[in-house]
Amino acid sequence: MQIDNNQLLRFTTAGSVDDGKSTLIGRLLYDSKSIFEDQLEAVESTSKQKGHVGVDLALFTDGLRDEREQGITIDVAYRYFTTPKRKFIIADTPGHIQYTRNMVTGASTANAAIILVDARHGVIEQTKRHAFIASLLHIPHVIVCINKMDLVDYSEEVYQNITGQFEDFSSKMLIPDIRFIPISALLGDNVVNRSENMDWYQGAPLLHTLETMHISSDINKVDSRFPVQTVLRPQSKEFVDYRGYAGRISSGVFRVGDEIAVLPSGFTSRIKGIDGPAGAVEEAFAPMSVSITLEDDIDISRGDMIVRANNQPEAAQDIEVMLCWLNDKPARPRAKYTIMHTSNEQKAMIREVIYKIDIETLNRKTEDTQMCMNDICKVKIRTTKPLMQDPYRENRYTGSIILIDDNTNETVAAGMIV
Amino acid sequence: MSKYYLNYLDELESEAIFVLREVWAQFQNPVILFSGGKDSIVITHLAKKAFYPAKIPFALMHVDTGHNFPETIQFRDDLIEALGVRLIVGSVQESIDEGRVAEEKGKNATRNALQITTLLDAIESNKVDCAIGGGRRDEEKARAKERFFSHRDDFGQWDPKNQRPELWNLFNGKHFEGEHFRVFPISNWTEMDVWNYILRENIQIPSLYFAHEREVILRNNSWIPNSEFLKLDEREEIVTKKIRFRTLGDITITGGIESDADTLEKIVQEVSAMRQTERGNRADDKRSETAMEDRKKQGYF
Ligand SMILES: Nc1nc2c(ncn2[C@@H]2O[C@H](COP(=O)(O)OP(=O)(O)OP(=O)(O)O)[C@@H](O)[C@H]2O)c(=O)[nH]1
Ligand SMILES: [Mg+2]
Repeated sequence: MQIDNNQLLRFTTAGSVDDGKSTLIGRLLYDSKSIFEDQLEAVESTSKQKGHVGVDLALFTDGLRDEREQGITIDVAYRYFTTPKRKFIIADTPGHIQYTRNMVTGASTANAAIILVDARHGVIEQTKRHAFIASLLHIPHVIVCINKMDLVDYSEEVYQNITGQFEDFSSKMLIPDIRFIPISALLGDNVVNRSENMDWYQGAPLLHTLETMHISSDINKVDSRFPVQTVLRPQSKEFVDYRGYAGRISSGVFRVGDEIAVLPSGFTSRIKGIDGPAGAVEEAFAPMSVSITLEDDIDISRGDMIVRANNQPEAAQDIEVMLCWLNDKPARPRAKYTIMHTSNEQKAMIREVIYKIDIETLNRKTEDTQMCMNDICKVKIRTTKPLMQDPYRENRYTGSIILIDDNTNETVAAGMIV
Repeated sequence: MSKYYLNYLDELESEAIFVLREVWAQFQNPVILFSGGKDSIVITHLAKKAFYPAKIPFALMHVDTGHNFPETIQFRDDLIEALGVRLIVGSVQESIDEGRVAEEKGKNATRNALQITTLLDAIESNKVDCAIGGGRRDEEKARAKERFFSHRDDFGQWDPKNQRPELWNLFNGKHFEGEHFRVFPISNWTEMDVWNYILRENIQIPSLYFAHEREVILRNNSWIPNSEFLKLDEREEIVTKKIRFRTLGDITITGGIESDADTLEKIVQEVSAMRQTERGNRADDKRSETAMEDRKKQGYF
């Protein structure tokens, strides 16, 4: 039996409370035959107890006690399924505004976002917030599913109105690839199988769209970046002189013999060898975990970055960041936080809030600059030492940061370097 | 398609290695929770790769319920010897003898819940600040909610409603004295991925996973192995069946399935045709709808 060469596609759901995100994931799993019999039996019996007609598909992902009692999603649930074409990791995220930070967690690693809109309500504030977060996180593909079409008589007019609303709103955002699909998550129209109730829709159902969208170019293959996680120094006789720099390639390609620079010191050397998970290799690329040895003895430790000598990120101590505030305690003006950027960690200060985004209009508010939970602001941050940074739009992994509050150790904000 | 892309198994492998190295960099005294089951064996294999050519820099910690398959203990000891790593054993029997916990009573008594106290005691007395587990999100609906880096307060408890946001590859392992983390490097793997990986890498696993003849009784629709710990009632009858195990836990609660799969290839084929989840045969999960969540909140694996 051979292991297939399928690629992994990570996608996330988004949209307001009760728009049907969890139901859609349940439907997708159910119709693609990815549900096991004992899972189905368990969900059937719970559905019956709750007086549900048929199976409550949302129960396949709403796994916590409180979620099942309240019928809402609180935290991200991860589900997995495979078709002959691809392997999928789904992050089903909450729609409730209080749990926006969990939505951000699920969306940060996604190749694609499915944004649901309730056909009866159209685009509302939380839809806009999620669409905006998806564009900020630079999720390469966005699929807008107009859901609950069964409740609006599968009306083309309703569908056209909502896609129009969405396009108006999203024209101010940068979303590289956006598509629309009318569905009923509850009844299964256009999820796995083509709907028989909407002849007027000529496009593909959701699963087919997910199976065929082009994701190979989602990873930056040009700018070679290797943040050092740890240094490997075996104590054995066989490897006395071995000093390997272990890490995961963030982007680009490294080859044996490449001329590299180590940042922030700026020393240069050549790559002597690369050990991948399956042994020594001549070249390695993102997102491989490898260990690199160099021709010269240079002082390198966690937090440093190895890059190609002729293509380097910018070293800066003053950075501008789009920041999502994720904590119920508001940001303290000019307070210090720990900043994590790749494997680098240091102290930083929020020097200035340049503006806050008004989610309703996408306008910039410069008067009200207090950062509270779920606010999205452009800020200036000063770090103690230079950060080796790329703009987030060019590089997801060397362009992202989090802030940690030293008083609580909590992750309080997520940022994208502008 | 460009040659610079990884297939899904390579991507999952690199993700797990990244997480293991991150643990080493961020914690003082991490251990691998080693049960002798396939998931913890895969974790150990990945740790070998993550630190090659250096040795695995963690100890392995085994929570020993005393209700073991003898094969599991033999396998554990051989592996420890081959890797040259330290083994820490937390003993449930000792916790009982010391009066820290009381044995459950009755026919369906297990030591499953008792493990929590022993585990937390072992973590505390060995000053462990990070316990690496083989938990996967596809195993169970509460696990599906857990982060890679999962915080535990100073009582060892998980608060599922208040998990730290976890973005990109940025894992926040900061904690106060007395708190610890559970880290799950193979969070994103499915049972199928684990088997495909074991096959691809030709990883040694205990003989229990392969089909073999064994004395069993039928209880709650699964084949429970006969052992010195098993209490039979009158209607239960010992029979010999050709079975294998999909997961390994305590010998008292781990149900086998009838199977002829006696090679890794056959196991992979069999698993891909399964219509039941692997934990479907575990009596510990059947106790209530949120059994796993409730145990995890208290500090379970
Ligand atoms: N008629 C109809 N009802 C639907 C459809 N999709 C979802 N629903 C219902 O809408 C309600 C909410 O669905 P969920 O899937 O829990 O919504 P959600 O978006 O996951 O909600 P949160 O996760 O809490 O934000 C449930 O009662 C569903 O049965 C649909 O296509 N048609
Ligand atoms: Mg939901």
